[in-house]
Amino acid sequence: MTELFGIPMPVLSGQILLGLFNGAFYALLSLGLAVIFGLLRVINFAHGALYMMGAFIAFLLGQWLGLPFWALLVVAPVLVGVFAVAMEKLLLRHVYGLDPLYGLLLTFGVALVIEGMAQYMFGVAGKPFSQPQALSGVSMIGGMILPHYRVFVIVVALITCLGTWALIERTRLGAFLRAATENRPLVEAFGVNVPVLLTATYAFGALLAGFAGVMGAPVFQVSAFMGSNLIIIVFAVVVIGGMGSIGGAIASGFLLGLCEGLTKVVYPEAANIVVFAIMAVVLFFRPSGLFGKAA
Amino acid sequence: MQSTDLYIRPDLGQGARRLPLQALLLAAGLVALAAAPFLLYPVFVMKLLCFALFASAFNLLLGYVGLLSFGHAAFFGGAAYVTAHSVKVWGIDPVAGIALGTLAAAVMGAAMGAIAIRRQGIYFAMTTLALSQMIYFLFLRAPFTNAEDGIQNVPRGHAFGLIDLSQTLNMYGLVVAVFLVGMFAIWRVINSPYGQVLKALRENETRAVSLGYRADRYKLGAFVFSAAIAGLAGATKALVFQIATLTDVAWQMSGEVILMSLLGGVGTLAGPSVGAGLIVTIQNYFATTGFPVNVVLGLLFILCVLCFRSGIVGELAKRARR
Repeated sequence: MTELFGIPMPVLSGQILLGLFNGAFYALLSLGLAVIFGLLRVINFAHGALYMMGAFIAFLLGQWLGLPFWALLVVAPVLVGVFAVAMEKLLLRHVYGLDPLYGLLLTFGVALVIEGMAQYMFGVAGKPFSQPQALSGVSMIGGMILPHYRVFVIVVALITCLGTWALIERTRLGAFLRAATENRPLVEAFGVNVPVLLTATYAFGALLAGFAGVMGAPVFQVSAFMGSNLIIIVFAVVVIGGMGSIGGAIASGFLLGLCEGLTKVVYPEAANIVVFAIMAVVLFFRPSGLFGKAA
Repeated sequence: MQSTDLYIRPDLGQGARRLPLQALLLAAGLVALAAAPFLLYPVFVMKLLCFALFASAFNLLLGYVGLLSFGHAAFFGGAAYVTAHSVKVWGIDPVAGIALGTLAAAVMGAAMGAIAIRRQGIYFAMTTLALSQMIYFLFLRAPFTNAEDGIQNVPRGHAFGLIDLSQTLNMYGLVVAVFLVGMFAIWRVINSPYGQVLKALRENETRAVSLGYRADRYKLGAFVFSAAIAGLAGATKALVFQIATLTDVAWQMSGEVILMSLLGGVGTLAGPSVGAGLIVTIQNYFATTGFPVNVVLGLLFILCVLCFRSGIVGELAKRARR
């Protein structure tokens, strides 16, 4: 079969792959947002900026030290995580307990500063970042074109998401985390150091964003504003999925990436807005989101 | 009183004592408006007034209903597009153009509000941001907006077919009139029984609902009104600068208007105007230095949230009350 609904199979499969590829980024970022929001009650507007930061750190380390991609994939997110620790301790800590809107505004301010400084130091032009040699090839399977790097990103993102899900839902540390989300004073009374847990959670969320940034660097150009448009789509994903569940964040990330990819095949003009349109429809019929509990 | 909310609670019972001061400030403001075009660069003052009205419209929603809209640029910029197109291409009267832009903003507000008010708090903010981004892409694609170029060289025309708006002072007069009408409308709404219900919703929605108020209708009404006034400001700005571009509908603009309100004082009548004045001045200053103004705005955001959440006017009001 070479056609489905009048659309050539290679085009369709290519867009499905591309959709899942974009969905991998949505999933990684919305997962980080959900983890952070779950415990800190802060919507991390700086998430897009941290994503950009991961890409930039990878770019710079690659240039200066000539580190291979595999090393960058570890080092850059860790550095973003370190930055996030400082950010949490210096700034975010002061807005816990206030109206959650303050957290949004604070992190929005941080995002403006990070992106503005990146623009100031590196200009607005995108920086090229080459794919790792080992993954630059392309395979053909039954008429489907599979660029290795894209498949790699989808698989790695899926593993990371599932790992995070397992960490939170299936381990003792995750149990503390969930308990602290439900009833913080009680968990503190049991001797768990909640402030450290908060810092670690924020750093972990940021690390995920930085990780996504490094993976995005070879495909999307590394530029100061690469994260700012992405984060708005991710917000829509989060609204659709509801932030109540980790699994919901992951599933809706991939799902919406897929929807976007398919829209590109059927009606390319609407590809930019399809996620927002789905959000509007979902809000209309299920105000608490697809996977959310009633707020 | 240690308040953790975004707004300052009204100080009931002290209004009578403060009234002469307010009247004095109002008179001083009117004198300043009359003198400004002769002391400052008139286009700068007009820009400032447009943003002051825009910020006041935004503040109506955040300060008096407790809804943080992250999508007000859609109304500001959307109205600018409609006015610019109708005046330039259809050749209608500039005042009618402004009215049409305002109407368009109100319609967009009704559509966006109907969806957004289904969620509260933080979700409301994210929803409005996402919806305004959708509107941004629609304007990017729409055939009449010329994508990146925007609608340029919009003629100012003759107001009511008589007053030549290409004369700077005439244009200034129109902007002042629009500003005063808009501010009066906001003031009137805040101090009406309707405004009291809005404040009740902000303070305790569950209780207001239990008293029989239909929260959603009140919120939607406030959203549409706020969108319309934001549109009025954007429509006027399109005539002042004779241009409507994507900058006005982009999310950065929504962020700026939040900062203006926050800096000046959320929930105060004059605060957003003060904040708008400061931000526009800062932007004008940094536009010449090459240093990204966003860094400064970001630092101001951080400073406002961490150190003075009541804003400039809010802090002053607190001190005056002591």
